Amino acid sequence: MKRIKAQKSFQTGFFILVCILYMLPIFIVLMNSFKTNSSINTNTFAFPSAETFTGLSNFIYGIRVGEYPFLQSVAYSLLITITSAVLILVCTSMAAWYISRVGSLFARIVYYICVFSMVVPFQMVMFTLAKTANTLHLDTPFTIPIIYLGFGAGLAVFMFAGFLKGIPLEIEEAAAIDGCGPIRTFFLIVFPMLKPVLISVGVLEIMWIWNDYLLPYLVLDRTKYKTIPIHIQYLQGSYGHVDLGAVMALIIISIVPIIVFYLTAQKYIIKGVVEGAVKG
Amino acid sequence: MKRRTHNTSSSLSSPLIRRPIQRFFPLFLLPTFAAFCIGFIYPFCKGAYLSFCKFTTTSNASWIGFDNYLKAFQDTGFMHAFQYTALVAVVSLVVINVLAFAVAYALTRGIKGSNVFRTVFFMPNLIGGIVLGYIWSMIFDGILSRFGSSIVLSTTYGYWGLIILMAWQQIGYMMIIYIAGLQSVPGDMIEAAKIDGANGWHTLWSITIPTIMPSITICTFLTLTNSFKLFDQNLVLNGGQPFVFMADGTVIRSTEMLALNIYNTFYLNANSRGTGQAKAVLFFVLVAAIALIQFSATRKKEVQQ
Repeated sequence: MKRIKAQKSFQTGFFILVCILYMLPIFIVLMNSFKTNSSINTNTFAFPSAETFTGLSNFIYGIRVGEYPFLQSVAYSLLITITSAVLILVCTSMAAWYISRVGSLFARIVYYICVFSMVVPFQMVMFTLAKTANTLHLDTPFTIPIIYLGFGAGLAVFMFAGFLKGIPLEIEEAAAIDGCGPIRTFFLIVFPMLKPVLISVGVLEIMWIWNDYLLPYLVLDRTKYKTIPIHIQYLQGSYGHVDLGAVMALIIISIVPIIVFYLTAQKYIIKGVVEGAVKG
Repeated sequence: MKRRTHNTSSSLSSPLIRRPIQRFFPLFLLPTFAAFCIGFIYPFCKGAYLSFCKFTTTSNASWIGFDNYLKAFQDTGFMHAFQYTALVAVVSLVVINVLAFAVAYALTRGIKGSNVFRTVFFMPNLIGGIVLGYIWSMIFDGILSRFGSSIVLSTTYGYWGLIILMAWQQIGYMMIIYIAGLQSVPGDMIEAAKIDGANGWHTLWSITIPTIMPSITICTFLTLTNSFKLFDQNLVLNGGQPFVFMADGTVIRSTEMLALNIYNTFYLNANSRGTGQAKAVLFFVLVAAIALIQFSATRKKEVQQ
């Protein structure tokens, strides 16, 4: 018994060590975000010392550097992510309900194209999608959610329709008999029942859109609008001299919200992210 | 007008609900359908059509048949990217799945703090590809600069660097799927095996692994498609560098994967866009084929159970 206990605490100790090693990359970035540029290159793994410590100047410089303010990119990232996610959740859940309850030939065809779209890699439509978006003036942060709705509809419709299959029809029939129209039936009865899938799909879409680089890079008018990934990539790519300290500071600024979001809603995030993959 | 009278017996649709909803088509289905046309159906069809055309923008396309596909197959850079991607896919598949399974196995044996460890291992999964690329290129260059090298100077370093990056990103994710699988292994089966005198390895090989086969299938295909679709990390970590200049003037970007190769064919040179689109179609066929194999593999498993 004692031996098993000792073994268990040894295992715990071992995993604590592994976890610290696992988090080391993020810690190194954090450390380097407080160091001077030259010391990041030469002494990547050293703690900031008296002469390499720069306080918050990397952060201040990182936010100000370039002709494009970083906070504006953050604002656009937030705007695009939130509006797209809300739009996707509302529109695709309604569409999935229509598809699963009407079941006409047209509805079924739309459903199968949705399933089909899940296996199509972005590179296949990348060029034509960007051109279509430009022609239709969907190239601003206010209109790009429509593109996200279109390209992200497949997985969302698939997940909602899968869940709707399991909801007994009697509830909706009872509502209809009591004189509830489709709009009220959907928003007052069906929508609340969808809560678990809404959370899963929401998490999935938020993680995708927040981290997405290529779609907004190709679709948005980059001189006017940037998202966080585009901004970071631009900072590194466009200047001959790369300001590593500033890049590290911006990386920290951009991953802190994700980590906070993750730690507060961990249960849902893990469930959502994994469910999408397992079902899709 | 002929009214459709069949199709009323569908189990999930009762006329009581169906007819009223159908009247609200413009509200329920139309917005998603319209966006879907703009964001997927039209670009997909146009893309498929353009792969048979010579074009620099979508408006000046002229039909040239299969020339683009021929060019794509003759492109040494594309073939190299395919081989390189396959090599990354196979090795990362083994590395990620073995490590993820090992961690999941250890964390389902009642170690104190398992939940905290799980949280930590899953975290890198939430960081976007661009940021991941910068984090690791900084770390690799920090190590390699001591030896006068850099991640962008060597194909070998670039390759293993990418594998390490992908492992760091995906182990936690696959671990969660394996944990879910392991938790569904019936405890009495393992106990019965123990009573029959099976040791730890025996139980693992003969009971645990066969029972969690569905999880293994899912994770295998997930890591495979993740590798094939990889773009951001590849772009940032080394962007295909180092470049190899061939005698006939072509350039092979030695660490360039398929997605990046297609991107470069489109945007480095506007005259090769037709070839780029043909490559994109081939890429789509490849990814879809993997998905189809996965689909039939999981279907078969379900029938057996």
